Amino acid sequence: MSGYSGFIVGFLFIALIVACIFATIYGRKLIKTEKTDAVFGNPTKALGGWHWVVTGVSFILLTWFYFSWDAARAFNPKSANELCQIAKLDYAVNPIRTVFPIDDNYLRGTRLLQREEFQLAGLEGKIDALGLNEDKKAYALLIIESMREAMNSLASDKNLDPTVRENIAGIEERINTLTTNMADPSFPGAPTAKQIELAENQGAWGDPLNEIPLHPASPRGYKFDAAAKEMRSIALDFGRIRNTNAAFLAQVEEQKSRLKTFNQLTESATGLSDSEISERNDFSKTLTRVLRRIDDGLIFPPTALTGIEAALVALDKEQRSQQGAVSLYASLMMPGGSIDAGTSNCSEQGSGRWLPKPSDTILTLARISDPEIGYKGFPLLWYKMKPVSEMIGFIVPDFIVSLVPGEFPRHDETGLTTSNFKTSVYNFATGNFDLFSVPVPAGHIWDSLLRVLAGLFFGILLGVPLGLFMGLSRFCKGFFDPLIELYRPVPPLAWAPLILTIFGINDDGKIFLLFMVAFAIMVISARTGATGTALSKIHAAHSLGASNRQILRRVILPNSLPEILTGIRIAIGVCWGTLVAAEMLAGTTGIGFVENVARKQSDYEIIWTTIIILGLLGLIFDLIMRWVINKVIPWRGKG
Amino acid sequence: MSDLVSDNLNMVFNVSTGGTVHALKDVSFTLKKGELLSVLGPSGCGKTTLLNIIAGFIRPTGGKLELNGEEIDGPGVNRGMVFQQGALFEWLTVAENVAFGLEIKKTDKAIIDKKVDEWLDIVGLAGFGHVPTYQLSGGMQQRIALARCLINDPDLILMDEPLGALDALTREKMQSLVLKIWKETGKTIMIITHSVEEALLLGERLFVMAPRPGRLHKEYRLPFAEQGLTQDLRDVKATEEFGETREEILTMIWNMEEEIMGQV
Ligand SMILES: Nc1ncnc2c1ncn2[C@@H]1O[C@H](COP(=O)(O)OP(=O)(O)OP(=O)(O)O)[C@@H](O)[C@H]1O
Ligand SMILES: [Mg+2]
Repeated sequence: MSGYSGFIVGFLFIALIVACIFATIYGRKLIKTEKTDAVFGNPTKALGGWHWVVTGVSFILLTWFYFSWDAARAFNPKSANELCQIAKLDYAVNPIRTVFPIDDNYLRGTRLLQREEFQLAGLEGKIDALGLNEDKKAYALLIIESMREAMNSLASDKNLDPTVRENIAGIEERINTLTTNMADPSFPGAPTAKQIELAENQGAWGDPLNEIPLHPASPRGYKFDAAAKEMRSIALDFGRIRNTNAAFLAQVEEQKSRLKTFNQLTESATGLSDSEISERNDFSKTLTRVLRRIDDGLIFPPTALTGIEAALVALDKEQRSQQGAVSLYASLMMPGGSIDAGTSNCSEQGSGRWLPKPSDTILTLARISDPEIGYKGFPLLWYKMKPVSEMIGFIVPDFIVSLVPGEFPRHDETGLTTSNFKTSVYNFATGNFDLFSVPVPAGHIWDSLLRVLAGLFFGILLGVPLGLFMGLSRFCKGFFDPLIELYRPVPPLAWAPLILTIFGINDDGKIFLLFMVAFAIMVISARTGATGTALSKIHAAHSLGASNRQILRRVILPNSLPEILTGIRIAIGVCWGTLVAAEMLAGTTGIGFVENVARKQSDYEIIWTTIIILGLLGLIFDLIMRWVINKVIPWRGKG
Repeated sequence: MSDLVSDNLNMVFNVSTGGTVHALKDVSFTLKKGELLSVLGPSGCGKTTLLNIIAGFIRPTGGKLELNGEEIDGPGVNRGMVFQQGALFEWLTVAENVAFGLEIKKTDKAIIDKKVDEWLDIVGLAGFGHVPTYQLSGGMQQRIALARCLINDPDLILMDEPLGALDALTREKMQSLVLKIWKETGKTIMIITHSVEEALLLGERLFVMAPRPGRLHKEYRLPFAEQGLTQDLRDVKATEEFGETREEILTMIWNMEEEIMGQV
């Protein structure tokens, strides 16, 4: 990352904060002047000041939330590397920590005992369903009871094997030593030449290939890296400790052979019902699994590991104090997320993931706007050359070929076929001829846009006249109202699967779906407009000599325009919503498709890009509609 | 003879709650061409109903109604209507509103422009042609409604409380305007009003109607409209005769209202 971008981000950051403050101050001033002329102006109740304070503060918070990672990268590019080393230690401790009630409510042993006891008790309760005679039932119960005994015997401190006890003490000591070491300023000593070389040759934070430099490069980094290394080895050794003893192992072996016997009994038994056979199989399978889990030896006496637990707590305390200011820095500059270490890399988590840097989002938008790149091999907003012949072929119906007299030519004795008039007509009707090409819009945005416009167009074209007639004629209303009220209350997306099946998942189905949405809205708004026409206006037009048709066109239609335009505005919004969802459901082009693919690939920059595109389109549509409304019906609300 | 002849007109409404309302009962009268008639009566006595029937918006349930010897069935251009609230078309400008009737008749554009200018001049709105109507005051809107009706050259002009919503001063100016138009065009005008003074000023003839069932109660022949053409309207109102007639009619209507209250 160059010094320039750091400067730019910093400048933006400060500029936005300043803008927020000014917006808040200006807003307060506005509220004061508007108090007197607001429509429902009760000045004492105007809480505008608070509104602006809330707006301003949340805007600042959002800005901070959004730009903080960028700012951290710009101002303190080394911090991520250090946090990565800290995260390494955290990652290394994790296998031991999960044994203790630190992030969890229970000790691991407690949880295991509870779970296995639950399983065994369940089997006991089902024993009558197995169709066993008294002897065999006693045998099954014996297996369960013996397993319970073996399991519980592990919890007793006096059964703890001396070697196991020794190993546990060893782990405890190693952790304590590590804690002491961490407190020692000279630990782990000067970095080796290899370490220095590695640190120097790794990239910087934010480089495309390694998100965060992995190798330690600062004193604190070296300390935590060394600690993590030691901790990994401790954790490995800890994982090898199994609480078993000779008596326990013998018990386990005995139960295994008993289970085998039990299985043989089942196999040789005759006259069992199907359900009894499957119950018996389940029974012995569950017992085998429980046995295998107990055998792992992860159950320790309740207090056997307290030494290690205390050592861990001490280590945690020490490493926290060793983190120093960098942890505070992390919580300030990486809100809602952190830097996490994995087995072989470090990565940004939280808002660093799903809130990509604004610059990255813009760059992504710029990248996929390039028609050569696009998304999934299709540009966003571009054109393609389409042969006119194809369009003609599409428009001219194919059946005209069969209207032409004569038959298609047959091949002759030499094996050749000569075209005749019918062949030419066929080629014409199917668009199979050469003519110039014209540019047509192509791209994800175009596709979505054209679908919405087409759906709206047909919805308005059919909906407005029908709505007007329904407003005027009782027959129309009585006939169509129930039909529309049958489908309108169903959420449009609920229709989508059906419509897309009938009309296909490409343009036809989606346009029809949007048509349905727009149609209902337009019918209702046009009807409201028509019924709302003052009778005196109709009378006036009548006595000026207008016929019914003229009244419809010159009085009722213009009088309904406010409602119709409001309807269109609403329909646009609903259509967009429906379309994006429908595109997510099925299809291979459109903004919704892009967003859905990006979601599946967790490509947050693309997701944000689509959100920005949709927001901009919505804004543009709304501005256009506002402009149209102001132009077309300036009298609205003033009549 | 170009008269309006009403012969035993009856109007009975079926009310949606069941039952009927006898809005007009045996209304008979003749209105000669060029006469100025004002109609007065307590609220609900059937004035608007009578006007609507003459305009052709509703059909009477009984009786006969003829204009120029032809029976009235439905609205027509020979009867112009001016409503209380103008009923202007907000989506049109002043000029387009006035031109509406001519446009419907597909008159030549040049003629329309000329006539519209003439009429705007007569009603005192010259130069307002391009203004949207919603930007005008109530008085101006009423003038446009008047012009819109008159440009169609109807035989009979029907007005339903045309000045009801105006302030006193504007109202007086409009009254003069109506008188002026009556004088200059010689049209037959029938005007409904709630104001006794207005009825006296704007009526050569005056019908007082009575309610339940709505019927013609009394007819007057009055000199004040004629006087108003030459004198200031306020001077006409100040005459003794005007005052006496006004008191007489007020008492009459007052009594009718009392009667209604008594019935209820
Ligand atoms: N469409 C209708 N259906 C039923 N009743 C009606 C209808 N129109 C009018 N009426 C009734 O007829 C009677 C006369 O009404 P009309 O509107 O003619 O009175 P009006 O004299 O114009 O009253 P106002 O002075 O208040 O305008 C009223 O009782 C009214 O309730
Ligand atoms: Mg009325």
